[in-house]
Amino acid sequence: MRLLHPCGCGIHAVSKPQVTRPGASAARCYRCGVRPLLEVRDLRVTLQTSRGAHDALRGVSFALDHGQTLGLIGESGCGKSITALALMGLLPDGAKVSGSIRFGGQELTTLDEAALCRLRGHRMGMVFQEPMTALNPLHTVGRQIAEPLRLHKGLSRSAARAEALRLLERVQLPQAAQRLDAYPHQLSGGQRQRVVIAIALACGPDLLIADEPTTALDVTIQREVLDLIQELVRQEGANGKDGMALLLISHDLGVMADTVQRMLVMYGGTVVESGPTADVFQRLAHPYSRGLFAARPRLGLPRGTRLATIPGRVPALADMPPGCPFADRCERVAEDCRQAPPPAVPVGPLHEARCLHLDPHLLAA
Amino acid sequence: MTPALLRVDTISKRYSLPRQGLLSAAPQVQALDGVSFTLQAGKSLGVVGESGSGKSTLARLVMALEAPSTGRVLLDGVDLHTLDAAALRQARAKLQMVFQDPFGSLDPRRTVLQTVAEPLAVLHGAGHAEQRERAAQALAAVGLGSGDLAKYPHEFSGGQRQRIAIARALITRPRLIVADEPVSALDVSVQAQVLNLMQDLQDQFGVTYLFISHDLAVVDLVCDEVIVLQHGRIVEQGSPDQLFTSPQHPYTQRLLAAVPGMKPRVPA
Repeated sequence: MRLLHPCGCGIHAVSKPQVTRPGASAARCYRCGVRPLLEVRDLRVTLQTSRGAHDALRGVSFALDHGQTLGLIGESGCGKSITALALMGLLPDGAKVSGSIRFGGQELTTLDEAALCRLRGHRMGMVFQEPMTALNPLHTVGRQIAEPLRLHKGLSRSAARAEALRLLERVQLPQAAQRLDAYPHQLSGGQRQRVVIAIALACGPDLLIADEPTTALDVTIQREVLDLIQELVRQEGANGKDGMALLLISHDLGVMADTVQRMLVMYGGTVVESGPTADVFQRLAHPYSRGLFAARPRLGLPRGTRLATIPGRVPALADMPPGCPFADRCERVAEDCRQAPPPAVPVGPLHEARCLHLDPHLLAA
Repeated sequence: MTPALLRVDTISKRYSLPRQGLLSAAPQVQALDGVSFTLQAGKSLGVVGESGSGKSTLARLVMALEAPSTGRVLLDGVDLHTLDAAALRQARAKLQMVFQDPFGSLDPRRTVLQTVAEPLAVLHGAGHAEQRERAAQALAAVGLGSGDLAKYPHEFSGGQRQRIAIARALITRPRLIVADEPVSALDVSVQAQVLNLMQDLQDQFGVTYLFISHDLAVVDLVCDEVIVLQHGRIVEQGSPDQLFTSPQHPYTQRLLAAVPGMKPRVPA
């Protein structure tokens, strides 16, 4: 198996597995000195809630390079979408950001709105969950796809329209030429999501962020959209020097298994486990990852089987415990879990988990 | 064999769409087309299919919220759609519904007590003391306490709200609960809690479920029999075992093939 360099730069492959140092995943590659496309380091986001200011993200770090795919998984309130919004500079009013987000050599956390506007929809594209609310019902889809092209690329009206047609064909919308002048309500959910993807791809972004892109879709359409996203990442990688990177957000383990190379399991605003998708599925090192996996109904369980559940619920931001965020729901909880947030412990090459009471056999590996 | 609790006899439903032109006839859409099945008391029947396949129309016809264009819906041998308003109201005590979105299906301005006890007040004209007692029992059955009676929906999480919705359905001691995508708006760990609860309630009270879902794994877990709907027709029917291990109809095969696997497919 080809392993990527621990720095996540995606450029150097290493033949021998190397143990990741905590925090090393966001560092400059020590072989080539090249920084990855996206580098998030100790990202903290504080939101104003009705009960005062509380941390929605508590130190998230990861790196993602051209041509790589990374998944963020977790339940509602774990910080997945806040991470995406922080990357796009779209956090709600009153949100405070600390830490660093470096994207293509620029520090995003200190960038002003005008500079962010030049990045959004241009070098960073985003696909939202609800294609109906993401599209403007009053404009034709052709015009909505042409908009970023006119704005960022300065294309003429006719050139933008021609490019919009090409994009609709690329996202495999049937009868693309006729659909250019259609309004969103004339399309089905899956077709609308293809249009949203076409808009996100219009300017040839370096990074595509997809936030639950298939949750609102039927299972067969979900399969088509996921296959399309993967195919697009592959094509972008093949036809250019620097392929497009994909950050996929989902609560569905199956979607992750199908789509991404590496994944981060999030809980309570922290990354509790991270690593190559196959390794995470194989080891399920963190108790939360294991709980998520066990709770999912799967085909072939005998009728009447009771699913394993995770007791309790995700704490509100204001009630987040000072130590491990999962402590109150964890079957392995001990006194030390409540003292301080646990550090990331390597459980395999490129694979780490934030838990003080991991299975001993994982630590030996 | 005991007579079936629910018998659906070749029901069809057509809806008229808006007229396209001044003189042309209004186009019609056939939402359900000759659907028949029976459901024995204490069993669960799953209905799967994609959006537009007629799943929700079926739920509305079984709940007597709408009348079928043709065909009959028999509950305990009585055709629901021939009953007059008063008799239908009484029959409704036997059938209850749980909706998909626990945020939309509970009135934010009513307390849990008002919400859960409403069917009792409407159907039986029960007094306050009885309402309170029965509501507390229903809440206990779904794992909530009587201390929750005075709270409002916003004080609960999604999973707890769905429990409240289930308590509201249970309070009339219904024979049949129609559950339209009851867990698809919930997180994975909460979904497991609600699915376990629904199965426990079936063991405990012998309720019958008509369980509508697009998630084949959920249906496989809780149902004794499954029908697959496509374009308003039943294309395949059988036990989940049989249906999901050797699907015969191409549509069922396609649905199954699209279920995301748990085996990572992408090389690192």
